[in-house]
Amino acid sequence: MTPAAATPRAYLRAQSRWSPIEIAFWLATLTSYLFFPDYLSLGSQIAIAALFALSLDLILGYAGIVSLGHAAFFGTGAYAAGLFSKYVWGEPFSGLLIGGAAAALIGYASSLIIARFRHLTRIMLTLGIGLLLAEVANSAHDITGGSDGLQGMRIWPLLGFFKFDLYGKVAYGYALIVLFAVFVLARRLIHSPFGLALRGIRENWVRMPAIGASRASHIRKIYTISAGIAGIAGAVLAQTTQTVSLEAIGFGRSADVLVMLVLGGAGRLYGGIIGAIIFMVARDQFSGVAPQYWYFWIGLLLIGVVTLMPNGILGGLSALQARWRGR
Amino acid sequence: MFGPVAGVLFDGFAYGMLLFVLSVGLSVTLGLMNFVNLAHCAFAMLGGYVAVLVTNELGWPFFAALPLAFIGAAAVSVLLERTLYRRLYRASDLDQVLLTIGIVFVSVAVAAYLFGTTQQPVDVPAYLRGSISFAGVRFASYRLFLIVVALLIAVMLVLGLEHTRFGAQVRAAVDNQRMAAGLGINVELVFAVAFALGSGLAGLGGALAVEVVGLDPYFGFTYLIFVLIVVSVGGLGSIAGTFAAAALIGIVDIAGKYYAPELGAFLIYLVMVAVLMWRPAGLIGRRQ
Repeated sequence: MTPAAATPRAYLRAQSRWSPIEIAFWLATLTSYLFFPDYLSLGSQIAIAALFALSLDLILGYAGIVSLGHAAFFGTGAYAAGLFSKYVWGEPFSGLLIGGAAAALIGYASSLIIARFRHLTRIMLTLGIGLLLAEVANSAHDITGGSDGLQGMRIWPLLGFFKFDLYGKVAYGYALIVLFAVFVLARRLIHSPFGLALRGIRENWVRMPAIGASRASHIRKIYTISAGIAGIAGAVLAQTTQTVSLEAIGFGRSADVLVMLVLGGAGRLYGGIIGAIIFMVARDQFSGVAPQYWYFWIGLLLIGVVTLMPNGILGGLSALQARWRGR
Repeated sequence: MFGPVAGVLFDGFAYGMLLFVLSVGLSVTLGLMNFVNLAHCAFAMLGGYVAVLVTNELGWPFFAALPLAFIGAAAVSVLLERTLYRRLYRASDLDQVLLTIGIVFVSVAVAAYLFGTTQQPVDVPAYLRGSISFAGVRFASYRLFLIVVALLIAVMLVLGLEHTRFGAQVRAAVDNQRMAAGLGINVELVFAVAFALGSGLAGLGGALAVEVVGLDPYFGFTYLIFVLIVVSVGGLGSIAGTFAAAALIGIVDIAGKYYAPELGAFLIYLVMVAVLMWRPAGLIGRRQ
């Protein structure tokens, strides 16, 4: 643990300093171009999944809101970006903003409901809203393409120059840049007084209002931000694959992202990213196996993580580190 | 005019009664220990496969399969409760959700491995297959049978909870766990028994469901959502609430499929969100 800082400001600044491991990690993501040129489209899938997991981490890991329907916002962003490119224009970055804004709007609307409840009621509401939106996407067949998927997206080359290619070179770079930019923002956010207030809500629901912090407005804010980030992740998926399927908004995606985050370690900035890397690489390796058997291993993994390693891989590592230092 | 509406109401009510049998056990265990058990429908699926095995492979009558489905699901649930669930009684919602979703994933894979991914049929007696006409409306016999079974279970549960010593212990533990323990009630034992009964009822529900909705390895997921909706709309730990919610959801679902098929499952999700916003603790719930 870092020694207690003199002032709150100094404490926050000490917390938010970039460590060499972090810098090395982000540089290492670039080496995929050298070492895994054949796996770049998998790399872009991982970056998208990591971004989505990061968005869930903001509400689950920091504010303590368990969501079983986070794919609602991912899917909203994907459909918004897809429709935008189909009917308005195909410039990627503006499509990204539209996707994020649409998801944030839906997120804000649902946060008005979510912020009022706790425990099972809240879990059920996240599930219910997710299922509702998935059902809307399914039945609005004329707009979304329903189970056939959204067809006819046209994405212009990135910055008018880099065309999205079959091997995913541009897609990987694009997804990585978006992930890094959002990550920096999220990192800034959670090391701010607002981020501390969120952790306060997670740790002690009753005491926060007693010290003058408003639970509901904090939860509405972070839920909206998280939904917007999930929407951006969805938009990147839509733009790099040039299609949107119902699977983007389905319950399966909500469950997958929860697994990734918990595997990596919720409440840690890198938890979602590590979890996404392990989950996606493992799924790629097991892709020949029938899906129900893949879920057997995921199920065992979940049971194992919960009973043996309650804070995920990163939590386990930092516990080991603490024990090592304690000697 | 009267005929079709009555038919839809009857089908919806019968479907609701099936949901009641599937969900009442979860309602009681959730209300009792605040344990978010998403694997409840995996026990229902187990009951369904027990019934399929017993009737198709061993050739036993359907009515012998029902108690076996109950016992099988109850036995496996006790095993899991002793080994996994009890570690997490005081853990967060998230850990409970993750553990039990993990169990559902494993159950899907095990069922697919043992039985394949196809729908399984079950042999019900011939006299349950037909239908009875009354006042110009046809009532399917099996659905009548479902309603009778569900009403019997509801009456037995209410009587058991209101008039037996064990029921009094359960109610005491629901109201105030610490106080109940302080009065010398073995809360852990009460919970284990209630959990086994609840899972057994889920198994019975699963066996009853095969004839109506079919059985495949994804049963534990598909019906989990319905069961959770019924439980949260009805209110945790309330048998009357679960009954009312099951009837409501069943009728809304069937009526929606009949009159507005393009809306799909949209209606019941809407009903759930609306009810929870109106009454966060459910229709007849005491606490959130």
